[in-house]
Amino acid sequence: MINIDSLSLDDLLVKRKGLRRQLAAQAGLQDIRIAVLGGSTTNEVVDLLEIGLLSSGFRPNFYQCEYGRYYEEAVLDPDALIEFRPDVVYIHTSSLNVQEFAPLQCSEEELQGYVDVEVERYKRIWTSLEQNLSCQIIQNNFELPAFAILGNMDAIAYGGHSNFVMRLNLAFACAGVSNKKLLIQDVHGISARIGLKQWFDWERWFSYKILHTPEANLAIALSLTSMVRSMYGKSRKVLVLDLDNTLWGGVIGDDGVEKIQIGRETPVAEAYTAFQEYCLSLRNRGVLLAVCSKNDEEIAKQGFEHPDSVLKLEHISCFKANWEPKHENILAIGRELNLGVDSFVFVDDNPAERAIVEAQVEGIAVPDIGRDVVNYAGIIEAGRYFEPVSLSAEDFERAEQYAKSSERTAFETKFADYGEYLDSLEMSAEIDTFKPVYLDRIAQLTNKTNQFNLTTRRYTLAEIEAISTDSRYIGLYGRLSDRFGDNGLISIVLGRREDATLHLDLWLMSCRVLKRDMEFAMLDAVVDHARTAGVDTLLGYYLPTRKNVMVADHYEKLGFIRRNSSAEDGSIFYLSVSEYAPRNTHIKVAELIHG
Amino acid sequence: MDNLLEELQPIFRDVLDQPNLIITRESNASTVEDWDSLAHVNLVTAIEKRYKIRFALGELQELKDVGDMIDLMKTKLGQK
Repeated sequence: MINIDSLSLDDLLVKRKGLRRQLAAQAGLQDIRIAVLGGSTTNEVVDLLEIGLLSSGFRPNFYQCEYGRYYEEAVLDPDALIEFRPDVVYIHTSSLNVQEFAPLQCSEEELQGYVDVEVERYKRIWTSLEQNLSCQIIQNNFELPAFAILGNMDAIAYGGHSNFVMRLNLAFACAGVSNKKLLIQDVHGISARIGLKQWFDWERWFSYKILHTPEANLAIALSLTSMVRSMYGKSRKVLVLDLDNTLWGGVIGDDGVEKIQIGRETPVAEAYTAFQEYCLSLRNRGVLLAVCSKNDEEIAKQGFEHPDSVLKLEHISCFKANWEPKHENILAIGRELNLGVDSFVFVDDNPAERAIVEAQVEGIAVPDIGRDVVNYAGIIEAGRYFEPVSLSAEDFERAEQYAKSSERTAFETKFADYGEYLDSLEMSAEIDTFKPVYLDRIAQLTNKTNQFNLTTRRYTLAEIEAISTDSRYIGLYGRLSDRFGDNGLISIVLGRREDATLHLDLWLMSCRVLKRDMEFAMLDAVVDHARTAGVDTLLGYYLPTRKNVMVADHYEKLGFIRRNSSAEDGSIFYLSVSEYAPRNTHIKVAELIHG
Repeated sequence: MDNLLEELQPIFRDVLDQPNLIITRESNASTVEDWDSLAHVNLVTAIEKRYKIRFALGELQELKDVGDMIDLMKTKLGQK
């Protein structure tokens, strides 16, 4: 696998054609259709995006609109787009595409009027795309104008172009919050990080109508790549941290806890404190933290009891400090957290440890963070590993839920009989047909669940919305609570009715609630709904992947009968509805009143 | 400096993805396969990045072939 993060921009530019050829030869790429509607020449950004996506496991197929016709092709003449059937439409415009800025001498009301006119133009684009296509829309917001003719007042005066662009960006943000199919790419932020002087490329603009420098186009392409990865559930989930000279300065086993560098006493200690704060902020938004360190466990834990340590033991979802090889510990962390190691990012100041982990743990990201703590956060940030495209309450609570899971594991050991343990959890479930309020979470789960997922079919929000109102489908979600808290929406079963047969296109569950008998409760509900709909047979499918071996015998455990012999390209199982008796005994399922 | 033609060989080969391509001072867009307007932009950008030079507006329109390009590059590199 070619790691494009390790290639220089020069290499990417010069070798892009050969890279594309090599990357496209990989097996198992996921097809994705992307239409790019640009206000300037988009070939370079598309080339770089293609390489980014190919190296992320996608095989993109692109459509680019005629030069500058982003509005016309979206709104007035969408036939070509409709025929292309894009999964994603990216509208790539800039402050140069603003049709009419407010005049220099205008009132605040007048300025708002001009902003509204511009925003309305974009809203017509988005609405037309939504009405004509079932796709996700990515729209960038705008960099500040290249020139501030009013100087500092450009951002203050009602007639200032900078002021205009900032108000436009605010309106785009509001539109993105209220429309789940519209994702806003923050070009304002991306361009600020690069700097506007390195952003606009006037020679290429006047010569070829390419507005941006290669550096800018690469930044745009990589940010788009991370958005697409995230849309398809490929964002990473766990930050695995070394300790000595990574989370604090010094070697705790040699120096002792009182000598490690953390806190506010020295510049070095302040820098490690700042890095710990960065890690904690990731943890608070749903990225799990794990520790993997060659250390004595008791001594290593003392580091987190240091009064100045920002990170406490309770923030660490899995703690491995021992003398075993790090790659083995990382595999163990994956098993304990029930998460694939290809969703891990490993951070260690020691290049030898990084090398062995990168070689031995397939799919893990190992950024070269160097040896200087002041750069760690910036380097991790530049990898765009944890990009979210939506934030749900569950993201903010995830770390808590995993903490409670480990509490449960401890609690479990006291019971000899597993049924007794399940009863002691006092579980209650809510199982019902898809509801508007959950569609977001349902689409998110179909995209990020890999292990307990019988078919690994991915659905966009648009598809789930369509299914939720289609009477041919029986789509059920399940939520599960127990004495330790609410696990949230954790299971989805989607059946497609054909005459008296229900094809189970999708059956998935979050690994957070493995071995809780939730699948029995779900099956009871599926059979109930199937009977009401006049179905007599359920057909279950298992499509094996590298990650879903754990559910190979799922249907047989549920009492289905295998219809074909075990085949590499999938197995089929059937269940007769008339002979089915409810199986769930440990979960109380709430009666829902439909009004 | 006289090695510029040799130095440009791998850039042309990589950008056009033709491992066996041999360019001469006389090569131009009509004699080299796939050297279209998009490839032209990519070649110019690649050369600008590699040699840390910028071609000014209009300079490139004057060029008839790789030889002209090399001469222009020599002037620019000499100026640096």
